[in-house]
Parts: sequence; C-alpha cells; structure tokens
Amino acid sequence: MPLVKNTEVVSDRYIRILDDAPIPASGAVLVPAERFLADAAEFAARNAETGVIWPNNQDIDKLAPHLDKLALVALVFPKYQDGRAYSQARILRERHGYRGELRATGAVLRDQFVFMLRAGFDSFEVKKDADARAFGSVSKRYSVFYQPTGDGRLTAFRKRLQVSAAPGRELHSASR
Amino acid sequence: MYVHDEFDRTLLQERVNEFRDQVKRRLSGELTEDEFKSLRLMNGVYLQLHAYMLRVAIPYGTLSSEQMRMLAHVARKYDRGYGHFTTRQNIQFNWIKLSDLPDAMADLASVGVHGIQTSGNCIRNVTTDQWAGAAPGEIDDPRIWAEVLRQYSTMHPEFSFLPRKFKIAVTASDHDRAAIKIHDIGLRLHRNGAGEMGFEVLVGGGLGRTPFIAKTIKPFVTRRDVLTYIEAILRVYNQYGRRDNIYKARIKILVHELGIERFAREVEDEWQQIKDGQLALDEAVIDEIRSRFTYPAYEKLTDNPPELKQGLEEPAFKAWYRNSVRPHRVPGYGIVTLSLKPIGGPPGDATAEQMDAIADLADRYAFGEIRVGHEQNLCFPTVTKRDLPELWRALDGLGVATPNVNLVSDIIACPGLDYCSLANARAIPVAQEITRRFANHETANLIGKLHINISGCINACGHHHVGHIGILGVEKNDEEFYQVTIGGRADEGAVVGTLIGPAVPYDKVADVIEDIVETYLDLRLRPDELFIDTVKRLGVEPFKERAYATG
Repeated sequence: MPLVKNTEVVSDRYIRILDDAPIPASGAVLVPAERFLADAAEFAARNAETGVIWPNNQDIDKLAPHLDKLALVALVFPKYQDGRAYSQARILRERHGYRGELRATGAVLRDQFVFMLRAGFDSFEVKKDADARAFGSVSKRYSVFYQPTGDGRLTAFRKRLQVSAAPGRELHSASR
Repeated sequence: MYVHDEFDRTLLQERVNEFRDQVKRRLSGELTEDEFKSLRLMNGVYLQLHAYMLRVAIPYGTLSSEQMRMLAHVARKYDRGYGHFTTRQNIQFNWIKLSDLPDAMADLASVGVHGIQTSGNCIRNVTTDQWAGAAPGEIDDPRIWAEVLRQYSTMHPEFSFLPRKFKIAVTASDHDRAAIKIHDIGLRLHRNGAGEMGFEVLVGGGLGRTPFIAKTIKPFVTRRDVLTYIEAILRVYNQYGRRDNIYKARIKILVHELGIERFAREVEDEWQQIKDGQLALDEAVIDEIRSRFTYPAYEKLTDNPPELKQGLEEPAFKAWYRNSVRPHRVPGYGIVTLSLKPIGGPPGDATAEQMDAIADLADRYAFGEIRVGHEQNLCFPTVTKRDLPELWRALDGLGVATPNVNLVSDIIACPGLDYCSLANARAIPVAQEITRRFANHETANLIGKLHINISGCINACGHHHVGHIGILGVEKNDEEFYQVTIGGRADEGAVVGTLIGPAVPYDKVADVIEDIVETYLDLRLRPDELFIDTVKRLGVEPFKERAYATG
C-alpha cells in the first residue's frame, strides 16, 4: 500500500511489529496499542522513533501522557464508512497538541483525503495506487471550508467578515 | 430569501466537479458499486427499484422562483416531467440516468441548489418551519439558524461518516411546525428568564423501527454556544454510537441505552473543552448571515381590503380562503398553502408545468418566494390579501388549490413500493383511495383537522408513528398488509400513536379509515373536539371495536 506524505508517495521508514517479536534496538517501529501501553517505558528508552497503531474504539485520551514519546500515531479506518478516527485525530491535534506524524490507515480512498487533511492527518496509507498518485490534485479540490478545525484554514464565515471589512477588495480573490 | 455568495457558489461548483470525477470512475469500473455507494449517497443519489433517484435539498424549505424553475427544468430535461416533494423539505427525481447526473447537478448548482448530504450517514438537510419569517409570534427567523447549521454541517470533516444519518430541525414558534421532537437534534428558539434569546436543545428523537420522542438535553444554550454544543453532541455520538447494527445506530438508541442524564454528562464534559474554541459564534458572524436574508418591502395595508370582501362572496373561494390562508405577521398579508394533495393524486407530486407556473405566480404575487413544508405541500409565505381572489383562480387552474390543508385528504405518504427499493408495500395508491373516500370537502371540513400518514415500510419516511392516523405497510406471505395506529402527533405535543389491532389487507385499509372517522364523529363531545383529542380522551378501544366489528 503506497504511503503518501506531503502529497508525494514515499517509502515507509517504520517497521511494523504486530506480534510478540523482540523490538530491534534501532530503527523506527510501529506497534499496536496494547504492546505500546504494556512496554511504554521500554519504548521511551529506545534511541529510535516509536509509532503506535491506535484502534478507533479506544479512548484516545489514554494516549495523552505518552504523546511526547511518540513520533507517529496511526489511526484506523476499518471501513471507509467508519468515521470514528476523524474525531480521534482532531482530539489529538486540537486538544492534546500532538505535532508528530498522524497517519490514516485502513480503508483510505481518495474521496476522504480532504476530510482527513482537515481533521489533522498528514500521512496516508492509501489503498489504491491511482488514488495515491492523484493525491496532489484531489487534495486541492476544494477552496471553500465552512468549519474551523485545527488545520488553520480560514472558514467562509471568517473570509466573509474580512471581505466586508475591506470593501475595496474583490470578493472572488478572497475565495481562492 | 437567503442570497448565496461567491463562497457558496464556488463550493457547489467544486462539488459538481468532484461528483463528475466520481461518476466517471464508476462508469469506467475504477470504483466498485460499494465504493461508489456512499459517494453518490452524499450527493443524494439513490439506486431505486427502477432507476437512480436524485434527492435535492431545499434548505429550510425556502425556494426562489428561479430555483423552482430550475427544478422544473431538471424534471423536464433529465426526468419524466415531474418531481416528488418529501417530508424533509427535499424534492426527489425518480428517473434520472447516472450519466446525466453530473449535468443535472451542474444545472442545479447554477442557482445554488444541490443534493449534498440529502442522504448518507451524515448531517442531513436542516429543516425548519415553512412559515419562518412570516408567521406571527416568532422569537426570531429560524432560517437564520438553519443557515448557520447548513454551513456548519456542509462537508464537515469529522462528521461525514457518522454511525447513521443525522437530522436537525429548528423552530422559533410556540406551535412547532418543524416536528423537532422527531429529529436527532431539535432546536427550539426561546427566551430565558433574563430575556436572552437562545435554544432549548432536544436530542434522540426519531421514527423508524424504534420510535422515540426527543428529550431535552439542555434547556438553554446561548446563540454563541449553539454550534459548540451541537459539535459536542456529534462528537460523543460519532465515537460511541453503535456501528454493529444498522437498526441500532441512530443517536436515539445511544441516548436510550446510556439514559439521557448520562448522555448529557458525556456531552457536557466534551462541550466544556471546546466551548470557548474557534467554533464559538460571535455576533458579527450571525449578523453577516442575517444580513443576507432579504424580506419583502411591506406596504401598510388593511386586513380586510374590498377585493377580499368581494371575493368571499364566492363560496369556492371562501372555502379555500378559510382552509388554506393563515394570518401573516404583517397586517394585510396572508400565508398561502398550495395543496399538492389533489383528490386521487399522489401526495407531494408536482409536474414541471406546475412548477413553472407556480414560479411565475410567486413572482407576481409572492415576492418570488416559495416554501416547502414537511406535510408535502408548498406555500407562498407572503401574499397581499387584496391579491388572494386573483391568486386563487390561478392556483385553482393549476390544480393546487384543493381546500383540504390539514384535513383528512391532506395525506402524507412516502413513495412506497411504487418506487422505493426498501418498501414492503404500496403507500401512494392507499393515499389515493382514501382521498377518494373523502373527496367531499364539506364532509372533510366537518371532520376537521386530521392528519393521516402512510409509510410503505418500517423505515417510516411517511412518519406514520406521528400521524393522527398512521398506516404502516408490512408484508405477510408476499401480500401487502397494513397496521393502523391512532393518536400520534408530530407537533409540540409529539407522541407516538397506538396500534389498534392486527394488520388489515390492502383492499380493506380505506374501509378501516372510514370506520375510524365515523367512530370519531359519533363520539366527539363537540364539533370542535379534534380527532386526536377524542382519541386521547377515550383511548383506542372504541375505534378498535368498530374497525374490527365487521371483520
């Protein structure tokens, strides 16, 4: 599955360790939530990056005490219709101030990219190659956003106020 | 009217482009039907029994004459020349080809109309009182708040894949014409003890196979806080609503399983963390939206102009005037309901020709504004009383002046088995037959206010649970049977109706309804004791006895 970061397809530096295999001394690893929570101190002591796969039915607040030791949080979309991880993403970014990599995994399709970007995801394990290649154009499909999220984009509400505060300005230039 | 601006138009254009790409990928096989399904649903496209269906939103039920003409154009160009107005202030086109859909949507987008979020597990078209801004005694124009919510909910990045669909309705009147108690969230604008305007927030209403009347979760939320509070409700629901069983996925089940107190605590905890965030609404934003609603330049007029007095000498006009015209908040004006319930016709249907003609009449008599109500009728919110006789003649000529508003033949019905892939039984022909039994408007008038609601399956799109008489189609051994409930209501006193007995076969439904109505006429205390009040006083027994007496 291609990994997209900053609109480019990149190789994944993280090694997934999904069983009880020993954790290598070096190199970035990505482990399931239970393993991470059980050995949190051990992971913190490592001299390499740690990522955690956090399921969408576990309270994301439990991760809050560990966020400064995590370089990657991978949230899960078991089906693309299951939108729980959007809430988890916003809570991580907007409430807990998480600034590390936030990865969307599972059923990640092109028509979710804009929603995911707005919710705070910045890397994407995309299901289909064609969708991964289209990331750059698809993520620019929309220029108008009605809701404020942590992504910092100005909402239509705010842009309108700016426009009405600056009468000389042309309306369409503000919508670009 | 709400005047769409560059932002609204740009978004719609971008949405059409995206949908065009999605249809292209579906037609090329790049998208499977399953992958395409939720994308098309988010744009109001269903795959029905015979064809794709497009459901178009009429936000808070307000249409300009220009928009109405575009609906007529879509009906004519891409469909079979008619459309069906639904119980959720939407219109449905039943026969559109998939390959035509992007063009139909582009045409609609050119006048600010779309099908975004009229389906799918997202926040649906926000609905309100069809008399908003025109009815006397409103706290505020609820459309302003419906528009705030429309913008807030459109393509919400967090809440586009909820456990199930999510419906919000707003009312600003003591008399609730928006049926807020059967919505996932109901908002009632009112003033608190200090005179401040805000919202009572209700949650967890809904019909379907497990009907619930919404409960108050917070008696007063300020205007500043209304979006953050709703976001908190949605966030709790998105994370904890059930996803294992489609029939238990609505918020009403979560509220029921947790109990309203515990659910309210969860929401409160979440809300405390976001209430002072960037979603808090400041007055400037509210004012900006308010400024884009325009109102007619009212004249100073008398409530009893000579034209009206003269018109009332004609009995047919008088009957219509009494039935279909209601007081406006400004003297000299009236609110006019256009009945889409002709005797023997399918409830809520309008032809392209009717839509065009109604748009022309709206321009001439009603400041270019048309409303759609959840009862599946249309409305001109503002007409001068002196124009009423003239307008009536024109409406009568179009077949939309049947004087049966709120009467027994003003039936709400879903499309049923004639169109819908979910239905177990027909709804439209049942409605048609009942209207024929009560074709005499004088008799109907004598019976008084009586709402009959028909659903062709348990999903309850015809809101049968809250009909004064509710009719639910079920299937038994490949045959259509109908369960009859009485005593339901959808207004501020919302309650779910009570089943009167075993289901009856298709050809007996109209007989049973006649029996129920006759029982009521026999038993009511006075002519002005309404059907629902008689049922409330006596319970279902006398009705049941009569309906099943002849077996």
